[in-house]
Amino acid sequence: MKIIAAMAALLLASTGALAATHSVEAGPDAQERLQTALIEVAPGDTVAIGAGRFELTDGLSLDVDNVTIRGAGPGESILDFTNQIGSGEGLMVTSDDVVLRDFAVENTRGDGIKSKEADRIVYHNIRVEWTNGPDPSNGAYGIYPVESTHVLVQNSRVIGASDAGIYVGQSQQIVVRQNMVSQNVAGIEIENSYHADVYENMATQNTGGILVFDLPNLPQMGGHTVRVFNNLIQDNNTANFAPEGNIVANVPAGTGVMVMANRNVHVFENVIQDHGSSNVMLVAYTEAFDDPNYEPTIRDVVVHSNVQGRAGYAPDFPGGTELAAAVGGTLPPVLWDGVGTNIIVNDEVPVLSLGLTRAGQPLTEAQPGMAEIANEETPAMPEAVVLPASMEAALQ
Amino acid sequence: MIRAFAALAGWLALVSASASAPVATDLITGDTLPRNLSEFRFFTDGIGQTPNDRVTPYTLNTPLFTDYALKNRFVYVPEGQTATYNADGVFEFPIGSALIKSFGYPADFRDADSEVRWIETRVLLRRESGWIALPYIWNEDGSDAVLRRAGRRLPVSWTDADGETQEISYRVPNQNQCKTCHARNDEIALIGPSARNLNDGTRLAQWVDWSILDRAPNEAPRVPVWNDESDGSLDERARAYLDVNCAHCHSRAGSASNSGLFLGYNEASDVARGILKRPVAAGRGSGGREYDIAPGHPERSIFIYRMRSRDPGVAMPELGRGMLHEEGIALIERYIAAMDEQG
Repeated sequence: MKIIAAMAALLLASTGALAATHSVEAGPDAQERLQTALIEVAPGDTVAIGAGRFELTDGLSLDVDNVTIRGAGPGESILDFTNQIGSGEGLMVTSDDVVLRDFAVENTRGDGIKSKEADRIVYHNIRVEWTNGPDPSNGAYGIYPVESTHVLVQNSRVIGASDAGIYVGQSQQIVVRQNMVSQNVAGIEIENSYHADVYENMATQNTGGILVFDLPNLPQMGGHTVRVFNNLIQDNNTANFAPEGNIVANVPAGTGVMVMANRNVHVFENVIQDHGSSNVMLVAYTEAFDDPNYEPTIRDVVVHSNVQGRAGYAPDFPGGTELAAAVGGTLPPVLWDGVGTNIIVNDEVPVLSLGLTRAGQPLTEAQPGMAEIANEETPAMPEAVVLPASMEAALQ
Repeated sequence: MIRAFAALAGWLALVSASASAPVATDLITGDTLPRNLSEFRFFTDGIGQTPNDRVTPYTLNTPLFTDYALKNRFVYVPEGQTATYNADGVFEFPIGSALIKSFGYPADFRDADSEVRWIETRVLLRRESGWIALPYIWNEDGSDAVLRRAGRRLPVSWTDADGETQEISYRVPNQNQCKTCHARNDEIALIGPSARNLNDGTRLAQWVDWSILDRAPNEAPRVPVWNDESDGSLDERARAYLDVNCAHCHSRAGSASNSGLFLGYNEASDVARGILKRPVAAGRGSGGREYDIAPGHPERSIFIYRMRSRDPGVAMPELGRGMLHEEGIALIERYIAAMDEQG
């Protein structure tokens, strides 16, 4: 028995010895030293970013599997891109089984951290921030995993993104939890993705708190099976500062949760309050599109057991003021365009339907009225997303 | 004494070998990352760019724009082997092959005899595991180039074709950035040497004569020279330009696959080509414009906004362009302006 224990210890020690730590400190030539470490790192290794401010001029990138990039904390290890002159993002990851933790990325010209086709990626205790607050010249996305299977974003903070703070696109098996997002256009956005759990996040002072979208003409479409629960979604009334042309530029200021063109989305047990336009907005994609494989409506959307506070007192969309006046001064906290099948709202709040009958129908044809769409028989809840044990273990 | 003699003998052997020794194919196929470019023996005279035996210079009908840099391209295929012809994509090269590309600027673009300052040489090596891409930066005296896997920025200046002085911070890409453009389904792939971009009427047959290529069918496709108005329609030249400058990322298997914007020469879908396509993750790259291409309206098209920008986060291509390509912008403006407004 003792021998086995000794052997196990030896084995542990030897695997420990194999995994090297490449330490990089702030100072002159930080760009080349840090990028060199990110290229020379071997699978199983860690790149340790020291405390201090790393002044960078070009994007960094990692293309080695099974690597941890670890800083001394999101307030201590700062990758500063204020003087960036090249690349579309601050840090790009294109390899699998990567853990990013305990550092900050500031003031990138484009996206903050992007991971593409990077399966089983973990973002933990990261801060991405544009330090000048909401500004259309800020980069688009803060934390940006795309085209990946198994994504975990947790305990992170994103401030000031001109599109979405945390944006997960064209991915599947996603967990976004315990993050704080503020002063972004969209706090958290799940787009063209399958199987996402978004919970225990705090979204405040964005234009819209949490968005679940699907867009046409993309390799992965038909977003479905998303749970948004146990979040605090409050006071997302920042004027929309997204550049025109982007889908989030259409999000009205004062939106809590917005579900667009998705299937099987459950929004429950959140606190959603203080939204000038709407606490919960359920809508079809309204633009013209040329894509026979795209479904613009929402289907099987269930809203229940949320604590909903004040909403609808300052609608930020065309006709919103008139609409509010027509229904007694403020809009009800849940707004539905009237399009879609099997839409259920069991929260004990009124729901306003615009009475539209098809996606893309002009608002001038709206026939607003209160919608009675509560239903005791709610469809089964999507199963919880289960991530591979290796992802949780990587954080031990 | 003996040691000194041995060293001298070694040095002599090295010097005599460098004059005539063939390309070091074993370094191309090996698993090391040679520190100096000279170790490969691609050139017989260092920075002079005189190619060694079986290292063949070539040009492309429509090349990638890289801040007006001159580019010397060379292909090396080991003795006794050939690349395999492919009508649609790039040729398949045998293990041990290399593609070598040097980037430099003449002091004065108006003077054909102006001395060229070669800045870097990028090599693509065909190993058993696939291609690897390595960037080498020339030293001050031009005697050799040294591997810089993390890339580097270098100040470069020259006098342009209009007599203006240009000064830029030239970016030598890091090894990962090489792959950003050269990625196909996460493997490194070639971009330039396709039948259609190499085919100038004679080159493919020459490559067969020189045992670089296995065959050269008469019906091999060809793209026009992007800036030669006598060589192909406006649409063809614009497609060729977008193919070479954008489609390495903007393809279904490339680094920008998630954008849904695909600019390969033969892309059939108008929306995928950008026509009336809305941006997805462009952020401020949209410039407040609704469509990638608004037919008939370059001034409303995101393509032109991003080609006209030098701002990282907006500028396209993301890598390798710090200057505006005025002639390329003019071509794409004409291409969009000529489109029917209805798309």
